[in-house]
Amino acid sequence: MTRLATTFARLKKEGRAAFVPFITAGDPDMETSFAILEKLPAAGADVIELGMPFSDPMADGPAVQASSVRALKAGAGMAKVLKMVEKFRKADKATPIVLMGYYNPIHAWGTARFARDVAAAGVDGLIVVDLPIEEDEVLRVPAQAQGVDLIRFVTPTTDDARLKRIVAEASGYLYYVSVAGVTGTKSVPEEEVRAALARVRAATDLPCTVGFGIRTPEQAGAIARIADGVVVGSAIVSRVAGNIGNGKEKIVTEVLDLARSLAGSTHAARHGKVEA
Amino acid sequence: MNQIPNSLRGGPDARGHYGAYGGRFVAETLMPLLLSLEEAYAAAKLDPEFHAELSGLLEHYAGRESPLYFAERLTAHLGGAKVYLKREDLNHTGAHKINNTLGQILLARRMGKTRIIAETGAGSHGVATATVAARFGLPCTVYMGEVDMERQKPNVFRMRLLGAEVRAVTSGSRTLKDATNEALRDWVANVADTFYIIGSVVGPHPYPMIVRDFQTVIGVEARAQMLAMENRLPDLVVACVGGGSNAMGMFHPFLDDAGVAIHGVEAAGEGVDTPRHAATISKGSPGVLHGSRSYLLQDGDGQILEAHSISAGLDYPGTGPEHSWLKDIGRAKYFAVTDQEALDAFVLLSKLEGIIPALESAHAIAHVIKMAPQMKKDELIAICLSGRGDKDIFSVAEYLGDTL
Repeated sequence: MTRLATTFARLKKEGRAAFVPFITAGDPDMETSFAILEKLPAAGADVIELGMPFSDPMADGPAVQASSVRALKAGAGMAKVLKMVEKFRKADKATPIVLMGYYNPIHAWGTARFARDVAAAGVDGLIVVDLPIEEDEVLRVPAQAQGVDLIRFVTPTTDDARLKRIVAEASGYLYYVSVAGVTGTKSVPEEEVRAALARVRAATDLPCTVGFGIRTPEQAGAIARIADGVVVGSAIVSRVAGNIGNGKEKIVTEVLDLARSLAGSTHAARHGKVEA
Repeated sequence: MNQIPNSLRGGPDARGHYGAYGGRFVAETLMPLLLSLEEAYAAAKLDPEFHAELSGLLEHYAGRESPLYFAERLTAHLGGAKVYLKREDLNHTGAHKINNTLGQILLARRMGKTRIIAETGAGSHGVATATVAARFGLPCTVYMGEVDMERQKPNVFRMRLLGAEVRAVTSGSRTLKDATNEALRDWVANVADTFYIIGSVVGPHPYPMIVRDFQTVIGVEARAQMLAMENRLPDLVVACVGGGSNAMGMFHPFLDDAGVAIHGVEAAGEGVDTPRHAATISKGSPGVLHGSRSYLLQDGDGQILEAHSISAGLDYPGTGPEHSWLKDIGRAKYFAVTDQEALDAFVLLSKLEGIIPALESAHAIAHVIKMAPQMKKDELIAICLSGRGDKDIFSVAEYLGDTL
């Protein structure tokens, strides 16, 4: 079983949702961001989404955009992102890492080479924001051949016919985008998400995480009662931004404190079949 | 799509690809919108009422057809081929952009959309969008880079006068690329009611096809006018290329005319061997930006580079997928001219013909200044004069050391 499958199977047995923090690799610099990454599992991360910085993140709101700018300024190119995962993987054999970003840096690396290199580094999944099912074959096939899942999105605009096509070749888990919009701008609408997850569950057995618009431990707890995983990104990278100038240690402590509190409420919200 | 055997005009394929270019590289949230736009456009194309309404507007509102004008003094000055100008500068709003915005707003209405958004570089597309939004009474938001707002102040004022909200974009290079990012972010957040009028033959399928089709009126007219005036087709067709909509509209009807050479002219800025240029096709490499695969200005890590041109409308690090394909198959050739060459052409055309061209179009003129003297006197060149230069007089004055 892959690390992702093992993780979601264990969580299902325990009757709780995964806490999935997002950080951008290299934000605000390589060293600090690695210090955060390596301590995230101890702070309660079940799966980690690691952002590959891109100059033009058109599906992201201001917080993740700014985080990408900081990382690129710090020189977080693809080679360094992969090195970071490799280093993490030497010490942590269990926590799945999912790289998240845009297609052009992958295209520039070469898709076949990228699939091999991420697998070798210890990456478990890929989320590529601008690669819808119409275009994802070029990366999905080589990635899946290396045992790396290409995580597909479901959104409020996805109808049932399209949902069927999305889940058909999906692996790992699904990412439900809770609001039509960019990251970190609107608040997660709990009731709509509940209805959407019911549709997703009718279409597939794959776990489904929910992201976009989850900022507070309360929101994380509410979504953890109905989803298989809770993704928090903008709130975390905003915490990095808010502590720039306070020293690297302070950034690490503050981000991990936030992660612990989000993980705490995610994990406390046990869910069984009752509310699903 | 419109598959024609043995034709270069049949693209794109069903997935929106022109050879290895094009496609739909967008967030999942936007995919259903693109699919419904494709469906609505296919239905509109078959609907005679749609065509009747559009041609009525093109004639009575935009002022088509635009003349094909023999530039007698420019021809004499250059001493070679006869130079004709396709006068898109005479359209309502002063550029070719209105051809496309009229078509797209009719699509928006058919689809029941009640709010319009657009990106703009030089402001020509923004003005053309604000214009049709005013004409049909729809609220309109235009995204424009802060740098471009500074160098195109008259167009910012025009858009506001027309009732549009102009939102300054402060991210990245604060030019067209970033305005496009912001427009895409707005669209994904307002999918239910908003129609995104893209201004060039870029973006995800079906946009490059739709914009091309609406702009093809340029080449269709120019081709017929040349036949009427000279009784034959031109030997060379020339247009400037940023995203490439006026060029695509001019070139497309000539693609199957093997005897017609086709030249696209990019902005070389301070020179293609400096880092400050916008010669995407000449100096870039294939990549994916703003929804499609095309030539891009990017570094080895796939990060997009900032483009530079004196002309805000050409200041874009990508280009249309169909241009990328035409370059690869060799049907069109792409050249680049510098800021200085474009300025010289801007001044020359003003003095010789009494026509102040847009800085974008001045790039096409500058290329012809090099080409025409090398050609025979009985050869014919048709240039798409995509817009008028009134919007550029402030920045040109500054470059010429003048103050207004």
